[in-house]
Amino acid sequence: MSNGAIEDTQVIPAAEIEEVELYHAHSFITKWVFSQDAKIIAIQYSTTAILIGLVGLVLSWLMRLQLGYPDTFSFIDPESYLQYVTMHGMIMVVYLLTALFLGGFGNYLIPLMVGARDMVFPYLNMLSFWTYLLATLILTASFFVPGGATGAGWTLYPPQAISEGTPGINGGIILMLVSLTFFIIGFTMGGLNYVVTVLQARTRGMSLMRMPLTVWGIFVATILALLAFPALLVASIMMTFDKLLGTSFFMPEMLIQGEIGPNENGSPLLFQHLFWFFGHPEVYIVALPAFGVVSDIISTHARKNIFGYRMMVWAIVGIGGLSFIVWAHHMYVSGMNPYFGFFFATTTLIIAVPTALKLYNWVFTLYKGNIHLTIPMLFCVAFILTFLNGGITGLFLGNVVVDIPLSDTMFVVAHFHMVMGIAPVLVIFAAIYHWFPLMSGRFLNEFWGQVHFWVTFLGSYLVYFPMHYLGFVGVPRRYYEIGETSFVPESAATLNEFITIMVLIVGVAQIIFIINIIMSIFNGKLAGKNPWKATTLEWQTETTPPGHGNFGKELPICYRWAYEYSPPGVKTDFVPQNLAPDKIK
Amino acid sequence: MVLALVLVILAVGSVIFHIWTPWYSTPIASNWGSIDFAIDITFWITGVAYVIILVFMAWCIYKYRYRPDRRADYEPENHRLEWWLTGITSVGVIGLLTPGLLAWNDFVTVPKDALQYEVVGKQWGWNFRLPGKDGKLGTTKIKFISDDNPFGINPKDPNGKDDVLIEDDDLHLPLGVPIKMNLRSLDVLHNFYVPQFRAKMDLVPGMITFFWLEPTRTGTFDILCAELCGLGHHAMRGTVVVDDKTAFNKWLQQQETFATLYPKAAAGDTQLADNIKGPEKTKTVLSSREISSKKLVH
Repeated sequence: MSNGAIEDTQVIPAAEIEEVELYHAHSFITKWVFSQDAKIIAIQYSTTAILIGLVGLVLSWLMRLQLGYPDTFSFIDPESYLQYVTMHGMIMVVYLLTALFLGGFGNYLIPLMVGARDMVFPYLNMLSFWTYLLATLILTASFFVPGGATGAGWTLYPPQAISEGTPGINGGIILMLVSLTFFIIGFTMGGLNYVVTVLQARTRGMSLMRMPLTVWGIFVATILALLAFPALLVASIMMTFDKLLGTSFFMPEMLIQGEIGPNENGSPLLFQHLFWFFGHPEVYIVALPAFGVVSDIISTHARKNIFGYRMMVWAIVGIGGLSFIVWAHHMYVSGMNPYFGFFFATTTLIIAVPTALKLYNWVFTLYKGNIHLTIPMLFCVAFILTFLNGGITGLFLGNVVVDIPLSDTMFVVAHFHMVMGIAPVLVIFAAIYHWFPLMSGRFLNEFWGQVHFWVTFLGSYLVYFPMHYLGFVGVPRRYYEIGETSFVPESAATLNEFITIMVLIVGVAQIIFIINIIMSIFNGKLAGKNPWKATTLEWQTETTPPGHGNFGKELPICYRWAYEYSPPGVKTDFVPQNLAPDKIK
Repeated sequence: MVLALVLVILAVGSVIFHIWTPWYSTPIASNWGSIDFAIDITFWITGVAYVIILVFMAWCIYKYRYRPDRRADYEPENHRLEWWLTGITSVGVIGLLTPGLLAWNDFVTVPKDALQYEVVGKQWGWNFRLPGKDGKLGTTKIKFISDDNPFGINPKDPNGKDDVLIEDDDLHLPLGVPIKMNLRSLDVLHNFYVPQFRAKMDLVPGMITFFWLEPTRTGTFDILCAELCGLGHHAMRGTVVVDDKTAFNKWLQQQETFATLYPKAAAGDTQLADNIKGPEKTKTVLSSREISSKKLVH
């Protein structure tokens, strides 16, 4: 089998499992509100994630206003500034990106792409969303408690997260920790569903090595999340105890507002290890689904098979495994034993190899393709550039000694926004433009899509590329204002102003995008069935959008891999996964 | 076409920006030139890769743009090419890692003759402690802290008596001598950051962290806090002055020791030490509230 999945076009007999009767909802409430249909749950997840993401967007405007125009806005003081920074970070990383990729795209695409009628545990799936919604509401409530939301930074490092001198140390931090706890509970219910559905509910012929890379990405990311989130859960609970019960898990002997505090022998470093044991895999929890989605969209719109499918799968699995032994590269300046640096720098740079290979393979998929520059394709190309840029700066920060001068500066802010902010968000946009016709039967408006793309792509590059250089100058992150120094040139203020203006413009483009979605649901150009001429099963449903139970009477049978684009000797330039070999023209 | 052009412009523009940028590292003032060297190598290797990949992608997008009469190639795998790419990337990674880890080896190996200095961080300011003639710093504990012993030096430790205490945020360092900076926080996390030194490290309550450096030019530099430590984080500043030997010694002579500043505590008044246990006995030991309000108001 030298050519991998392409040769074996005959059916691989899968274990025959009798179809279980689906839960059929009858009332409006059970159909649309407390729904057990993964597609509805996906839309509920996505809507909630995007709404809370908009809150995160506004927070970024506020914090940029302060940095671009210090001493201008009287309502932004150090307290509120730190609250914006903290809540923006946590909302975007956990409540938007994680929820949207796994709860949103995972729910919508996994059953359809593997040829299942629904997730295997629909009731649990419903509970997962409602727990996530509860977590989001608790998080939002923390803005309104006395003292406001926590301003501890999204990393929530103790002791300062729960000590005097930090905003939101009463209600704010507690609601944050409780909200995270609920988020993890909710995610665990959904995550088990995604993993078991992939392992157990694939249709006949859908071997693991025939699955689209989107499913591979979400599948491995979910496994990572199921293993990584417990570390955060434990850390959250322990910190809640430190705050409410006066335990000393993370609290050492220290002064609190100049007076000797009651704690003894706690370890602030222990929290950091737990946090990053979750926090680094978290990067890949967001990135792996993005990798998968990009692979599928590029292949479809370039009319060419993804290059090196098997390597892509093993790269996803390899990156997933390695992501658990690189966490302390976030802690090079934390005061941990410096000899750790040798190990973590090496593992971190090793992980660059499979990641780079994935990127090469996307580019080689374009090579000798027949590239349609549709909006989804534009966003994918923008993703490759942005991710390449963010990956490269990761090589700076992963290489321990290079990290030392750059750590905790604006370089870090620029790096992680490129690599796990903008890059995955560009994929989310690609995915929405790509799958919106499946979800609604209509296209998004092309003109406003072009506007949205160019402003977002170029704008965010102009925001983050120069920001790295502020880090070289030595401007620390999380600074309310840099104030007077002997080393920051005055022109840095001009750059900050420029960045702020770009952030506002890019933000407005997102509002245009939201309006485009709402308008297109009702007025978009009709898409018809399988408008992109894609091979994967979600486009081969009887109706578009797919109805309850996804497929018609019979589940599809999978005859081949997901990338049969422009195969030689076939008239059309694509062969769907479920087209029987004798029907190919 | 437009997209391909934009990709090339972004690749070339980024390189031009890098060459002409008005914002770049401050001139170095310590022995950590090896860090700057590692950064330069990283820029070279990754910069070349960045431009090659983007230009190649732009060329693909232009050359293989959609035409109704064209059909895409069908090539699922190409093992030779995949091995080549793996090999080249691995070589690049080794090229980055080698100078990095060699420099790191120096970074973690403190010279035996390094001076032992201490940086004390608290919300939101800096204090410093230098050893006396014995070259050793006395041990410390949070519970020893009081009005009479703001550094929390163990009164029973003879090494602490002649420790030089700098109670403002102005530190002097001698030129050309390796110094181990022992870092101690009295409250939350801080980070001792002098951009010109390149090295930085967190201060963690409950433990002593460290890094070492050798100042290589005289001058006055800003100290910043680089680990979020609450409302006054951005205002937690200090200055470090690198002096030549004579100027440094002159400055050092003017500083007072634990024994002269706090004779009662330094005399080992154990009753005093024993008394300080609960918060009620140590009202406003360090006026960090004053520090914060002073700094925050400017």
